Amino acid sequence: MFTVLRNELIAPRLHRILVLAPRIATARQAGQFVMVRASEGEERIPLTIGDADSAQGTITLFVQAIGAGTQKIVSLQPGSSLQDVAGPLGMPTEIETWGRVVCVGGGVGTAVLYPMAKALAAAGNSVTTIIGGRTKSLIILADELAEFCQAVRITTDDGSAGTKGFVTSELKSLIEAPDSRPSTVFAVGPVPMMRAVTELTRSYAIPTVVSLNPIMIDGTGMCGGCRVQIGGEAKFACVDGPEFDGHLVDFEGLAKRLRMYEKHEEACRLSGN
Amino acid sequence: MPTTLSSKQRLSIQRIQMPTQDAQPRSRNFKEVNLGLSQAAAIAEAQRCLLCRGRNCVAGCPVGVSIPEFIGALAEGDIPAAADILQQDNALPAVCGRVCPQETQCEAKCLRGIKGEPVAIGYLERFVADWSLTHSADLTSPVLRPASGKRVAVVGCGPSGLTLAGELVGKGHEITIFEALHDTGGVLRYGIPEFRLPKEIIDVEVERLVARGVKIECNVIIGKTLTLAELQQEFDAVYLGNGAGLPVLLDIPGENLSGVYAANEYLTRVNLMGAGQRADCATPIIQGKRVAVIGGGNTAMDCVRIARRLGADSAMIVYRREEDQMPARVEEIHHAQEEGVEFVMLAAPLEVVGDENDWVAALRCQKMVLGEADESGRRRPVALAGETFLLETDVVINALGTRANPLLTATAPELKLNQWGNILANEDGSTTLPGVFAGGDIVRGGATVILAMGDGKRAAASIDAYLQGLPSRLQKTG
Ligand SMILES: Cc1cc2nc3c(=O)[nH]c(=O)nc-3n(C[C@H](O)[C@H](O)[C@H](O)COP(=O)(O)OP(=O)(O)OC[C@H]3O[C@@H](n4cnc5c(N)ncnc54)[C@H](O)[C@@H]3O)c2cc1C
Ligand SMILES: Cc1cc2nc3c(=O)[nH]c(=O)nc-3n(C[C@H](O)[C@H](O)[C@H](O)COP(=O)(O)OP(=O)(O)OC[C@H]3O[C@@H](n4cnc5c(N)ncnc54)[C@H](O)[C@@H]3O)c2cc1C
Ligand code: SF4
Ligand code: FES
Repeated sequence: MFTVLRNELIAPRLHRILVLAPRIATARQAGQFVMVRASEGEERIPLTIGDADSAQGTITLFVQAIGAGTQKIVSLQPGSSLQDVAGPLGMPTEIETWGRVVCVGGGVGTAVLYPMAKALAAAGNSVTTIIGGRTKSLIILADELAEFCQAVRITTDDGSAGTKGFVTSELKSLIEAPDSRPSTVFAVGPVPMMRAVTELTRSYAIPTVVSLNPIMIDGTGMCGGCRVQIGGEAKFACVDGPEFDGHLVDFEGLAKRLRMYEKHEEACRLSGN
Repeated sequence: MPTTLSSKQRLSIQRIQMPTQDAQPRSRNFKEVNLGLSQAAAIAEAQRCLLCRGRNCVAGCPVGVSIPEFIGALAEGDIPAAADILQQDNALPAVCGRVCPQETQCEAKCLRGIKGEPVAIGYLERFVADWSLTHSADLTSPVLRPASGKRVAVVGCGPSGLTLAGELVGKGHEITIFEALHDTGGVLRYGIPEFRLPKEIIDVEVERLVARGVKIECNVIIGKTLTLAELQQEFDAVYLGNGAGLPVLLDIPGENLSGVYAANEYLTRVNLMGAGQRADCATPIIQGKRVAVIGGGNTAMDCVRIARRLGADSAMIVYRREEDQMPARVEEIHHAQEEGVEFVMLAAPLEVVGDENDWVAALRCQKMVLGEADESGRRRPVALAGETFLLETDVVINALGTRANPLLTATAPELKLNQWGNILANEDGSTTLPGVFAGGDIVRGGATVILAMGDGKRAAASIDAYLQGLPSRLQKTG
């Protein structure tokens, strides 16, 4: 059992949850995730370790309640506990000192991006972050990112915050200005967003790291469910990733596999399960 | 009860048939197929045993269970004595009695099998073990050695790790099992389905170990949560029983279409998570109306029989050789046939064909014929040039097999592996790292429950000897 110490709503449907998990807090590196099962009978849900405090033995999760499993997790009150938290899983982010990097986050991907950006900044990179969302209320973690980023730029589809438009136009303007062109780009978000970012950076030959979110079961390389095609080769996102060279990812294949249980999930939502 | 039967009387008894659930209803439920013997039937079957001095059957058992002795006690109606004998030799008899391939092990060597049918050793083992599960108070408790002050870490809560833990806790050592998943049992839990091995049996066995003082920590992945080096520091010895959990992919076009599963994923969803079995289970599974399972081993049979139970009208085994060459247990093949599973033999998959939404629509197969025998003596399947066919299907399950999972070994470079990534271990379980032992599927590749248990038992003896040579922990730290 893993005690929930804090649970705050920080944006619509997005919770910041502090969990007591001392071993994971000690072992964890940026880019890694945990598998969480709220209680008996629930799914195993992969969640990025947003932050960790090894002295306190705690990890922070940013959880967006989108379906039955995540809903259950965010409904837990401080003092109650998660039945299972296993990790840290996946390969840590490869942190180097590239100089100027741009991190692009879309939707809850920004939560996955947050620990990467923080580690990149800590390693001495100058980090500019672009956060995108449909509307103002869906822009998350802007203040938190601003603490260590050179700049945080915001785009919204409806113009309710930051620049109206997509993250790619903002990225493009950074790339094209000689004094802000990044040597590496990190992008995490919905598949179409990551795909658009990698198309853009490909034309400028800027190395781009993406963090993939296929459906996972065990998270230890045992089931093969999280396989993704990288440069024509099958990789298991839970052990070989979740971060990969964005220019090699088969995004279309990933998007299709993510829709495999759509009907089932729809049924879950309707039955309120 | 006649206790002394003449040989003639013994020879005149017919081998018992295992009572089973009827094929039709059982092909749609997850309840156990084999119902177990009644006491009278078990005793009658035991009386078929000639108690021969040669003890051929014992030589056929990888852990050398005292077969004639426990059967002899049972034949006399002394079930507690039979249970005591069995318990000394086999830590998980209720499991082995159900899943061991007796037809190629103990029963294959049984003298009575030469002229007729061998004694149903497996059924009897199961009968006695099931009796023990509900009569623990009537069993002689093993004599425990006083606490040694030595600590042993076990990686993996499968049959190998569980067996080792049981042996060593009895020797007074402090045992902690670390398991990556959220539940115990390894393949017994996530791989072998309920209708072959009810999970309650694993629960009882695990509870028994816990009651004897074994500590089990789930959700700890060695190589990730803790490293092997950390275990070596904190414990006096380490046993690696982490299994062979890494699926071999088909590596054919269409493998990533929706509706294509690796067997481990399919099995884990259903057996570990409860998909399709329990109403309150959140984990989904694609049920499929026409399900094709590629492979001919136990894993393939388990998948195809699950597919029937999840409602498939047509559940098919696609195998590149012929039926009698399938490595699955005879009983499993037989049960699958009774349950309406179709066998598409001499067919090798070439491509999974998708529909307009990229869901599985068909499996394109190559027709095969059997050619010359290979090194293993089995006739090698060869492609019939130009002969391919389409098998209409909406779910494809790849049950080609598994290999060693590198999650742990990749973080312990000093541990020597073979070319397939299996840990190199000696007969006594020792590895290239002092104080680190290994056994089960991580050493052998996908093998059997009883071999994994045998490794655990042997390694327990080696670890016990190794620990006796070490200074006590109290002295070490003090
Ligand atoms: C490595 C990794 C890190 C992630 N980190 C975060 C994070 O920090 N915060 C966060 O809010 N979300 C994160 N996610 C996504 C999160 O796991 C899914 O949103 C969650 O599993 C959805 O489950 P559900 O039951 O709530 O929704 P459902 O209604 O079941 O599913 C909604 C959608 O989520 C996806 N999904 C469903 N089940 C899974 C599964 N078992 N694994 C992956 N995706 C699934 C599918 O695309 C599905 O269409 C991460 C995913 C991965 C793979
Ligand atoms: C579907 C199926 C059906 C089978 N049917 C039969 C049968 O009928 N008869 C038979 O004799 N055999 C059968 N087998 C084979 C048999 O189950 C295995 O040989 C046996 O389970 C091996 O035991 P083990 O203890 O070595 O490993 P496992 O049972 O694989 O257990 C290993 C455990 O270690 C855990 N683990 C892995 N890595 C780590 C890590 N890094 N840290 C912590 N824990 C870890 C795993 O989660 C797992 O729980 C079958 C196998 C399958 C897959
Ligand atoms: S353990 Fe397996 S091989 Fe040995 S006697 Fe029992 S059934 Fe036969
Ligand atoms: S989640 Fe099972 S192999 Fe990656």
